[in-house]
Amino acid sequence: MTDKKPIPLEFEKPLELLAQQIEALEKQVIDHPELENDIDRLQEQYENLRRSLYSNLSAIDHLHIARHPQRPYTRDYFDRWDPNWVELHGDRKGMDDPAMVTGLVDLGDFKVLAVGTQKGRSLRDKQQCNFGMPQPEGYRKALRLFKHAEKFALPVVTLIDTPGAYPGMAAEEHNQAEAIAVNLFELAGLKVPVIAIVTGEGGSGGALAVGVANRILMMEHSVYSVISPEGCASILWRSAEKVQDAARAMKITAREILALGVIDEVICEPLGGAHHDYDVAAANAKKAVIKQMEKLVLMSGDAVRADRQKKFREIGAFHEATA
Amino acid sequence: MDLKEWFASRKKQREAAEVKLPLATDEYCALWTQCFQCRELLYTSQLRQNLHVCPKCHYHFRIGAMQRVEQLIDHGTFHELDANLESSDPLKFVDTDSYVKRQAEASRKSGLTEAVITGAGDIEGEKACFGVMDFGHFGGSMGSVVGEKVARITEYATEKKLPLILVSSSGGARMQEGIFSLMQLAKTSSALKSFADSGLMYISILSEPTYGGVTASFAMLGDIIIAEPGARIGFAGRRVIEQTIRQKLPADFQTAEYLLKHGQVDMVVERAEMKTKLAYLIRFHAGSKSKPQSTPPRPKAATR
Repeated sequence: MTDKKPIPLEFEKPLELLAQQIEALEKQVIDHPELENDIDRLQEQYENLRRSLYSNLSAIDHLHIARHPQRPYTRDYFDRWDPNWVELHGDRKGMDDPAMVTGLVDLGDFKVLAVGTQKGRSLRDKQQCNFGMPQPEGYRKALRLFKHAEKFALPVVTLIDTPGAYPGMAAEEHNQAEAIAVNLFELAGLKVPVIAIVTGEGGSGGALAVGVANRILMMEHSVYSVISPEGCASILWRSAEKVQDAARAMKITAREILALGVIDEVICEPLGGAHHDYDVAAANAKKAVIKQMEKLVLMSGDAVRADRQKKFREIGAFHEATA
Repeated sequence: MDLKEWFASRKKQREAAEVKLPLATDEYCALWTQCFQCRELLYTSQLRQNLHVCPKCHYHFRIGAMQRVEQLIDHGTFHELDANLESSDPLKFVDTDSYVKRQAEASRKSGLTEAVITGAGDIEGEKACFGVMDFGHFGGSMGSVVGEKVARITEYATEKKLPLILVSSSGGARMQEGIFSLMQLAKTSSALKSFADSGLMYISILSEPTYGGVTASFAMLGDIIIAEPGARIGFAGRRVIEQTIRQKLPADFQTAEYLLKHGQVDMVVERAEMKTKLAYLIRFHAGSKSKPQSTPPRPKAATR
């Protein structure tokens, strides 16, 4: 965040306390120049604590950073990737879901069709975007533009930051499940390269519906899971308080999922999280996309489709007993 | 024995009989089943003969995968595939109990190794491939094995050029396999994409209950989607929706009939008619397809 001070999270409180002490001392340093040494010592302590704190984050800490209210959202990335990007609206069937943003983005090296879930910054935005939970119409809008991308041979980049698909009455009546399923189905057959980046929360089927990609990347502090840790805790532990255990057990962090072989790359964030510096986060993400895209654009349409299908065909862990 | 003694002995006998009651309840339960919907007491063997459908109110009881196979597939024609696939524990998942223990418990209860049985067989003489889910095994949840078996039967059907029938019954993705479970949605849908591109027909049957990741992948991708009467089908569960929108949902929300009204399924078919209907659909689609191939193409009109 460039103009606003980052809001500290619960686990960052000790760091915040130290920062406040330093600040208080700095105010007195004009009258008491001997404090200079203490300040230096505290500064050093602060930096050490900062580094150790962020290198030993638990799953729940990552989850909190991923959900940080100041976390850069899809539009923040698009704006930084291409200040002149052109938004395309609507599913052509009666709705334009603000929780799904679609548009034409010029990455410099590549022109891409960009799609992403959007959480909304102000309260009003958040409500309109359903806190980043798309309606079936949002997925159908994305699908329309996937087809558009295929027609004009534009590579696709998707950004994922959603708690999941919206669980509402109208959403069910308009067949949320089908909207997701058809996206999985059609993305599997798309003949242009697709790169997906989990930028914040990757929540279940609602995230995967724009995540069937040749390469899946995750921002360092983002999470990706089959169900929210809260949901998992309340079902398996029968207690909403076991969120920490659920988050740990499900292996939701970028590094863990990389180790499981499900994703391809983890993108570095500024120390403390992407909300400390939008520009750096967006630049890192752009660099990673371009690096991956360079290889993918060399493939033929059929090859790129086969590559994607093979990727998902191989994900899974089971025993095959010999009969 | 005077009258008083006679009453006393009778009272004792009665008490003794009452003590034995729990045993009798078990036998009684096995013999009789109460309908969940109309509360009618049904003779279990008759219920079985009636395909586990209440003769009074037509409530369709949940049935296991093996029973479903018996009901749909010609006797003796089914051969199971990939029965040797078993779940592993990729995350070393432990909640209040370990995933390994829960798997063993699920298998003990259901008598199955996994929540889906796949294979090939005949329906009224028509060859087809099948995947039948069992809610009785781990809530029919989809983990790596369910995803793999569904993908494999889809590939098998593609290779053999056979129609595919998948009967869904599931609570959704299996949380204990974390991200692997989620990715099975993509794996199964991707396999179905190649299948669909070959011009083959997939019929999806939705049975009580079908939810979450299964609905949001292969269950909703049928060329024809059939629901069993009264089956509850949806993406999000009723309680989750009620908590989100903070209002009561209509009683018939997410039932097969509700879905039919909202254009989400092609038809609702009673269990007794399911087999005939499937055979008809297979023949109908095979017929329209084979005809143009067998008859020479029509000569083009000479002038416009």
